[in-house]
Amino acid sequence: MPLALEGSQALARTVALCRPQVVAAYPITPQTHIVENISRLVADGVFDCEFVSVESEFSAASVALGAAAAGSRAYTASASQGIMLMSEVLFNIAGLRVPMVMTCANRSVGGPLNIWNDQQDSMAVRDSGWIQLYCADNQEAIDTTIQAYRIAERTELPVMVCVDGFTLTHTLEPLELPSQEEVDAFLPPYAFSRSLDPAHPISIGTLVTPEHFSEVRHAHHTAMVKAIAEIEAADGDWQALSGRSGGALLESSGPADATVGVLTIGSIHGTLLEAMTEYPASEPVRLIKLRCFRPFPAAAIRAACAGLERLVVVERALSPGSGGIVGNEVRAALSTMEQPPRVENYAVGLGGRDVPLDLYPRLLEADGEVGGFSVFDVDVSRLAPEDQ
Amino acid sequence: MSETTVDIDIAALRRKQPRFRGIEAGHRACLGCGQALAARLMTEAAGPDVTLTNATGCLEVFTTPWPESAWRVPWMHSLFENSAAIAAGVEAAYKMQGRKTKVIAMGGDGSTFDIGFQALSGALERGHNMLYICYDNEAYMNTGIQRSSSTPHAATTTTSPAGKARMGKRHLKKDIITIIAAHHIPYAATTSVAYPSDVRKKVRRAMAIEGPTFLLIHAPCPLGWGHEGNLTIEVARLAVQTGLFPIIELERGQLANAMPIRDPRPVTDYLKVQNRFRHLFADDLRAKEELEHLQALADYNMETYDLRGEGPDAMDTEAADTVKRRGTRWA
Repeated sequence: MPLALEGSQALARTVALCRPQVVAAYPITPQTHIVENISRLVADGVFDCEFVSVESEFSAASVALGAAAAGSRAYTASASQGIMLMSEVLFNIAGLRVPMVMTCANRSVGGPLNIWNDQQDSMAVRDSGWIQLYCADNQEAIDTTIQAYRIAERTELPVMVCVDGFTLTHTLEPLELPSQEEVDAFLPPYAFSRSLDPAHPISIGTLVTPEHFSEVRHAHHTAMVKAIAEIEAADGDWQALSGRSGGALLESSGPADATVGVLTIGSIHGTLLEAMTEYPASEPVRLIKLRCFRPFPAAAIRAACAGLERLVVVERALSPGSGGIVGNEVRAALSTMEQPPRVENYAVGLGGRDVPLDLYPRLLEADGEVGGFSVFDVDVSRLAPEDQ
Repeated sequence: MSETTVDIDIAALRRKQPRFRGIEAGHRACLGCGQALAARLMTEAAGPDVTLTNATGCLEVFTTPWPESAWRVPWMHSLFENSAAIAAGVEAAYKMQGRKTKVIAMGGDGSTFDIGFQALSGALERGHNMLYICYDNEAYMNTGIQRSSSTPHAATTTTSPAGKARMGKRHLKKDIITIIAAHHIPYAATTSVAYPSDVRKKVRRAMAIEGPTFLLIHAPCPLGWGHEGNLTIEVARLAVQTGLFPIIELERGQLANAMPIRDPRPVTDYLKVQNRFRHLFADDLRAKEELEHLQALADYNMETYDLRGEGPDAMDTEAADTVKRRGTRWA
């Protein structure tokens, strides 16, 4: 039976179902409700874990790393400036190949200060070596978090589950929360092959010289590429158990003969689904929801774009001076197709800018520069002449 | 660890057996490295049932050039500034797993006094059952002798060089132990590699305490301080005997013990054997002022900690050591 839950509340209860032994976190908007709810579950004796309320996000990630290296399932959550502060640790966790799961309640990165949603934070650490899964809605956030633990522990790679701040974290929805038995059946107890144990002493995080470093990086890259199969398997097995799928790497919907496609990442998918009904397009449109951004599923994107003549990539972050982060990678992936679609790329909803339903027809009508990029919905008249 | 009980004379056995060392010989530390010695003394006292975390620094680099490692106990290095936080995570995990293994976090003065201080303060405040050990060689030695907040006043480093306009570091050595004391942890102490049995004794004492403990070990760096490697112990002892590095114990932040100095030496005895203070012996009025300043700091320590005393000889006289912890006895 569906429960009416706020996204953060649902995530906290999902994390508890995954039975991490150590949770370390530091409050930051819009992640705060997640750790508050976890604290409440611990205080009420519902969730048996060591909740370490640390003095910074840097220590949150470090405590989780220590716990995971010591052989316990670990969890942390953060956003925005918190992701930036812990970014050094995030690279370290992935480089040491220590599995854990964290939630990123996506928020813009200052300055200027802005507490609202975009995906600049998780995109900034896309090269840290973490698996990154982006959720379109809160049901997907629940299911993805559970899958994330299995993926992390099977691949020995950390997984970041990205949920749009406020849009998902603070929204009340009817949600299916799996039973403890279902989650236990899906997630066997955590056993880490390289844990810190005096009976079998090992050294973790040693000095690696140029003689060996390329091999280390190659191994990490290979593990990420191979993780694609685990991400697909986790979603497939979870679907068999729960009846729900997050779409594994990506989900494509719409008529097969569509020649126009819109590719999104995160919660904009839901807005566009609604908009497609509200504003029926004159021609069939395929909607592609990218769930897995790292590893980057280039082959799956090419398959999903087969037959398209035009693809509009809509994302919630940008690389200033370069363009859309997702857009550029999609373009590169499509470049090996015999007849790749023309790609237009827009950043929308930056810093919590509203994403209205009529965005959909406006995007389709925009007819932007092929190969170009722009921030959508900018009122240049509000800018100084030199910035226009 | 085995639960089996066997009828043997452990004391006799210990006399025959080499002492357990968590860190093996053959690592790549410099000749006379105080930190390597301190780490060895620490692991001898801590025994095999420990997990170590190590901040980035010389100790990490010279003990673990992959695929080699000098460590015989679980050891983890993550970053420069998170040794205490990593240790806190390991401790939290062990607690949930029902393990009794003690966690020891290690860092140099750069990592402890400066960049990792926040993580250390947080871990102490949260009361993790761990021992934090700072090997204090008073500068960033791993990157080539840059000043830290632990560098003594007037010492020359590559980022506080003495020159026509400057007499070395302009600021005072940070009084870290007083800051640690303000956390009111069960036990905090200072010690020096010049007194091996004091190091071992304090490690054992800290290991026996359930809760956060802190140990500051003064450990000369021959390269950074500018003295021969064979003088490490002598230089370290002079730091104590002049009053510049007081050897003290604090319980819940209150001074509980101090190693008495029967025959205090002038600070110049300590300073003149190190190149980092050589500029203080030039024919220069400012140099003389700085020498007086440093003597005043030593005098202040003598008064503050009441170091001048009739107490027992502080020389290292203790024999083979024993770790007693929760009924488990380690050779």
